[in-house]
Amino acid sequence: MTSFKKLKIAIIGTGNIGTDLMVKVMRSERMICTLFAGRNFNSAGMKRANALGVSISDRGIEAIVNDPAICDVVFDCTSANAHIEHWAILSQIGKTVIDMTPAKLGELCVPAINAEECLVTGARNINMITCGGQSSIPIAYALSQVHDDIEYIEVASSIASRSAGPATRQNLDEYIDTTQEAIKELTGAKHAKAILILNPANPPIDMQTTIYAKIAKPDLPAIQASVNAMVEKLKEYVPGYKLIVPPTAEGGKVIITVKVIGAGDYLPEYAGNLDIINCAAIAMAERIAASGNLTDSNA
Amino acid sequence: MTKKILISDPTLRDGNHAVRHQLSREDFTAYCKAAEAAGVPIVEVGHGNGLGASSLLVGECRLSDDEILSVSRANLSKSRLAIHVIPGFCTIKHDLAKAVDAGVDVFRIASHCTEADITDRHIDFVRQAGKEAFGVLMMSHMASPAVLLEEAKKMESYGAEAIMIMDSAGAYFPDDVTERISTLVDGLSIPVGFHGHNNLGMAVINSVAAVNAGASIIDGSIRGFGAGAGNTQLEVLVAVFERLGFETGIDLYKILDAADIAEKKFNPVAPYISPMSIVSGLAGVFSGFSKQVGQAAKDYNVDSRDIFFGLGKRNAVAGQESLIIEVARELAAQKYSLE
Repeated sequence: MTSFKKLKIAIIGTGNIGTDLMVKVMRSERMICTLFAGRNFNSAGMKRANALGVSISDRGIEAIVNDPAICDVVFDCTSANAHIEHWAILSQIGKTVIDMTPAKLGELCVPAINAEECLVTGARNINMITCGGQSSIPIAYALSQVHDDIEYIEVASSIASRSAGPATRQNLDEYIDTTQEAIKELTGAKHAKAILILNPANPPIDMQTTIYAKIAKPDLPAIQASVNAMVEKLKEYVPGYKLIVPPTAEGGKVIITVKVIGAGDYLPEYAGNLDIINCAAIAMAERIAASGNLTDSNA
Repeated sequence: MTKKILISDPTLRDGNHAVRHQLSREDFTAYCKAAEAAGVPIVEVGHGNGLGASSLLVGECRLSDDEILSVSRANLSKSRLAIHVIPGFCTIKHDLAKAVDAGVDVFRIASHCTEADITDRHIDFVRQAGKEAFGVLMMSHMASPAVLLEEAKKMESYGAEAIMIMDSAGAYFPDDVTERISTLVDGLSIPVGFHGHNNLGMAVINSVAAVNAGASIIDGSIRGFGAGAGNTQLEVLVAVFERLGFETGIDLYKILDAADIAEKKFNPVAPYISPMSIVSGLAGVFSGFSKQVGQAAKDYNVDSRDIFFGLGKRNAVAGQESLIIEVARELAAQKYSLE
C-alpha cells in the first residue's frame, strides 16, 4: 500500500464550526489536524480536541506564526473582522487559507460550482461564503444554467437558534452582504437578496432554505433536470442535503426549498447550516490534498 | 396626577401587511397629514416587516424604502418619524444608514423574543448616529416573563432607550400582559411598551392592562389597520385612555377624522376578526400568515385551519412563510392517501 503525505491542517477558532471541522478532519484519510488554536483552554471545543489527542494552543494565530511548518492549510473559524488581520499575517507566511467567516477577501467558493476553478487559479484564500450560501447558491446556479438572464434571485434560510453561536449573531450583516454578492457573482443574476431567520422553535428545526427566482417563462422540465443533477452533486459531499419542495412555478417566479440535515459529528443533526459549510470546506481541503497544490512548507 | 402615555402609530407599517404592502404615495401623504394634525407623537412607516424586507418571501412593496421615507418625512414635522427593522432582513449599511440620512427620528430594532443579541450592532449604530433606538421583542407570547426580561436587559445594555413587547399572534389575555409588563417594568430602568393584535378581541383591554402594569408606550393603528385581525384600534385607544384619565396628547376629534380619512383612502373595510384570525390567535401563530395560508389552502385543497394548527405545532415564527406550503403539501398528501 502506497502511503501519501497527509495534508496538515491548523484550525483557528474553537467554537462550533472549528470543533466540528476538527472532527471531520480527523476522519479524513488525506488530512491530519496538527493544531487547534483558540483563546481559552476551558472551552468545550478545546477540551474535545485535547481528549482526541490534537495539539492545542490558547495563543490563536500566534501558534502558527511561531511555528509556520506546523500546517499546510489553515481553516479560519473566527470572525470576519478577525480574519482580515489573520489573512494579513498568513498570506505573508505563504499559507493557503480556507476562510469560514463571511469576510470575502478570497475566491468565493461553492465546491459543486467552482471547486476546479479555485484550484486552477491557485487561490490561497478560499472563502466558503456563508452556510446559507452553500445551501442556496448551487440551486440558484442550476437555475441560471437554464435561464441565463435572471433578473432577481432571493434566498431565505431558517436555522435553529441554538445552532447560531455568538459570531454568527454578530455577523448577520456580513452574512447578508456576502451571500448576496456570491449569488450575483456565481449566477450572473442582476439583483440578489439574502434573508436569515433564527428560529427558536424547540425541538430545534432543521436548516431550511427557500430559493426564489423571478423567471417570466420558466422551462420547468429543464429546471427540474438541472436542479436534480445539482442536488446529486451536492450529496457527494453533503450527505444530508435534500430537496423538499421541487421547482414550482407560481406567478412569474420559481420556488424551490431544500433542507440540510447535519452529519451529527460534533454538532446535533439540526445544525445542518454548520454541517454544510464545513462539508464544503472539507471537500476543498481534500481536493487540495489530492492535487498536491500545497504551500512551500509541505515540501 | 394624570398618567402620560406615549402613543406610537404603526398604521403605515403594520397596515402594509393588510394590503400586501401596496400602500401608495397618496396613502402615505394623506395619513401622515392626518396623524400630524391629530398630534400623534410617533408615526411608523415602511414595509410590513420593516426596512429591507420587501421580498418574494414576505411580499414585495409597492414603494421603495427611499420613497416611503421621503414622502413621510415631507409630511411630518411635529410628529416623529419611526421605522421598524429586523436584523436578518436589513443591514446597517443598506438600510439603517439610509434611514439616518432620510431623517428618521425613532428606530425600532426588532427580533424574535428570544433572539435579542442579533440587535446589538444595529442598536449601537443608531445610538452612535445620535438617534433614538427602541428594542422590540416580537412574538413575545412564546417566551416566559423571566426570559423576556433577560432578553430585554440585553437590548437595554446595547443602548435601547425603550423596550416594546409585541403580541404578534394576538394570543394574550390581560393577565398574560400584566405579568409580562410588570416583570419588565420592575427589572428595567427604561420605559416599557406594548403592541397588541386583535385576534381574540383583546387588543384594547390588553393595552389597558399594560398601562395599569406600568407600560408607558402603546402602539395603535387607525381602524386597527394591521396584519391579520389588525392591531389595537388607535381611535378606540385614544377614547378609552381619555375616559380612564390617561393623557396621550392626541386630539380625539382629529383622530376620529383620521379614521374617516383612512376609510376613504386606504382601508375601506377595517380588519375584522375573521375565523382564520381566531384560529391564528388560538394556534399562537403570526397573524400575517393569513393571506398566504388562505392561498395555500386553495392551491392544495386543504383546510386553512388545519394549516394554522399545523404551523402552530411547528412553532412557526414570522419569516417562515415557506413552511406554509410544506404544511399544505403534507396535509394534501395525507388527505389523498386516505381517500
